[in-house]
Amino acid sequence: MLGLEKKDFRLLLIVVALTMLAPFILNPFPEGSDMAQFNAGYPDLMQRFVIFGILAIGFNILFGLTGYLSFGHAAFLGVGSYAAVWMFKLLSMNVIPAILLSVVIAGVFALIIGYVSLRRSGIYFSILTLAFAQMSYALAYSVLTPLTGGETGLQPKPGDPRILDRALEPGETATPGLFGLFDMRDSLELTVGNWVFTFNAGYYFAAVIMIIAFYMSIRIFRSPFGMMLRAIKSNQTRMSYTGLNARPYTLAAFVISGMYAGLAGGLLVSMDPQAGAERMFWTASGEIVLMTILGGAGTLIGPVLGAGFIKYFENIVSKINKTTLEGWFYWLPDGLEDLVITVIYPFVGKGWHLTLGLLFMLVVIFLPGGLVQGGQKIAAAFTRKKPDDAKSSATEPAE
Amino acid sequence: MGILEVKGINKRFGGLQALGDVNLSVEENTTHAIIGPNGAGKSTLLNVLVGKLIPDSGSVMFDGQSVLGRKPHEINQMGISRVFQTPEIFTDLSVLENVMIPCFAKRDGSFRMHAIESVFAEKGIKAQAEAILDDVNMLERQDMIASSLSRGDKRRLEMAMCLVQDPRLLLLDEPTAGMARADTENTINLLKEIRQKRGITMAIIEHDMNVVFSLAERITVLAQGTPLVEDTPDNIKGHPKVREAYLGEAQV
Repeated sequence: MLGLEKKDFRLLLIVVALTMLAPFILNPFPEGSDMAQFNAGYPDLMQRFVIFGILAIGFNILFGLTGYLSFGHAAFLGVGSYAAVWMFKLLSMNVIPAILLSVVIAGVFALIIGYVSLRRSGIYFSILTLAFAQMSYALAYSVLTPLTGGETGLQPKPGDPRILDRALEPGETATPGLFGLFDMRDSLELTVGNWVFTFNAGYYFAAVIMIIAFYMSIRIFRSPFGMMLRAIKSNQTRMSYTGLNARPYTLAAFVISGMYAGLAGGLLVSMDPQAGAERMFWTASGEIVLMTILGGAGTLIGPVLGAGFIKYFENIVSKINKTTLEGWFYWLPDGLEDLVITVIYPFVGKGWHLTLGLLFMLVVIFLPGGLVQGGQKIAAAFTRKKPDDAKSSATEPAE
Repeated sequence: MGILEVKGINKRFGGLQALGDVNLSVEENTTHAIIGPNGAGKSTLLNVLVGKLIPDSGSVMFDGQSVLGRKPHEINQMGISRVFQTPEIFTDLSVLENVMIPCFAKRDGSFRMHAIESVFAEKGIKAQAEAILDDVNMLERQDMIASSLSRGDKRRLEMAMCLVQDPRLLLLDEPTAGMARADTENTINLLKEIRQKRGITMAIIEHDMNVVFSLAERITVLAQGTPLVEDTPDNIKGHPKVREAYLGEAQV
């Protein structure tokens, strides 16, 4: 089907089903209940799930296949964002030209950075990409202010030419849309009993693009090109003594993954049309690495899971505050309640990084293959009859 | 005129003259062994041939073209394949994939962007890879991950990866180093078979005299970076200079 092996096609169908039904799946708790704050089915967060999913899918093409750990991928995300906002300012609020420009500019940027950085491998490559990304951040923050808006960031403003639409009136704001068909902020709400489900245009737009991006990544993984990238990770000496030039292969992978990041950047500003330099900061690059490793580097679905996992923590666990905890543990005896809250408090709210860090450590130590390996272990435990199958799927690198 | 002509190669590492005026001619369709005591410059010479080291002076011609200054992958594309002392294979990939990669390299050259079509749509490449695995008796192990193979099988796999490219010259760097007796015999037989069936020209660097005398048709003896003699195995065995420099300690 669609040029995919049966197993891959099934995986694609699962991803399609999950993304299309996400407004239901992510909103399991009724409105107003104690658990409602664990609902993730609101547009802003769902958009982040799929957009950062695209980012991680692209990063995985580089890191998962070739093993080259780029520590500067946020630069491409940032460049993509700026490019898209400029399109909003100059052309129109239509997202299509904006996203196309994001991808192209990020690709060109990746070609330049990749050409230089890929002269080295291992830690030196990581450091070079990190240096480039931090340089980009510093430039965007200061010297390039006319182009990037510096500290205040870049957003559409009254007075922008916007040659295909019209200039905004003072005080008017604009939201990005698709050929005037719909606005990215348009939402439909469906109320069933106590449940409220939100279907957001922007989410579905980004989700369709993520599915296409995911499909493309499966094709790349299963292609001769993907096999060459895995060969580079495995043994570069044999690669060159087999008559293959590793450089153009790694550069192509770098540019493709940079374009994915640019696409994600363009989508981010399509949902919320403002871009800031902090999007290129090194912690943002680190987050991409975390997502991929947490989910399972080199696996097809892992990076998407990792991205969802981290974004869920960032937005849900960080919202739990002392009052919420008191609400949960009010039934405990007074002294014990205080003790429990004191123990838990550092791990939630602003301390969500601590929880995430601990989880990351547990995954890396016990599940080096990431969440995907965890899933495989659980699946294997349920199908003990066929241990051979479980073993072969666990060793398959591109599962 | 041999297929490989090495003329007047000099290579210095600081104060050490690793290779001094080395001349070597490998005739097409022969097995040529290069032997010599430790530190004679055998490995340095091999690294010059495959483009890993650039000599200070001299020339290396392969089939009328200079190989000097070319990168390893370019030299491979000219038709020179190399088997390493420790087998260099793609350990994380399956046995079949290991052999398919050189097939792609042979067909598509050193780089081609074929990112959309599936590997398994490449029926011709797969058939080619399976045929060579059958030749080295590894067809039933094609789905194994290469790192889980035994040492001897890794060597066979590496050999298959070189052979599937149909090289004009196969360079072997101590192909039996560190092998058990039985594995050594297997390797010798495999190489003999390759030689007879495919008529591939081979240059072997080897320590083990048993291997050298069972395979080589011509032998060059290297000592202190300079060729002492080049002759047939029978003449080498009795050569006084060689005995003095090398075989005296090996007791052949």
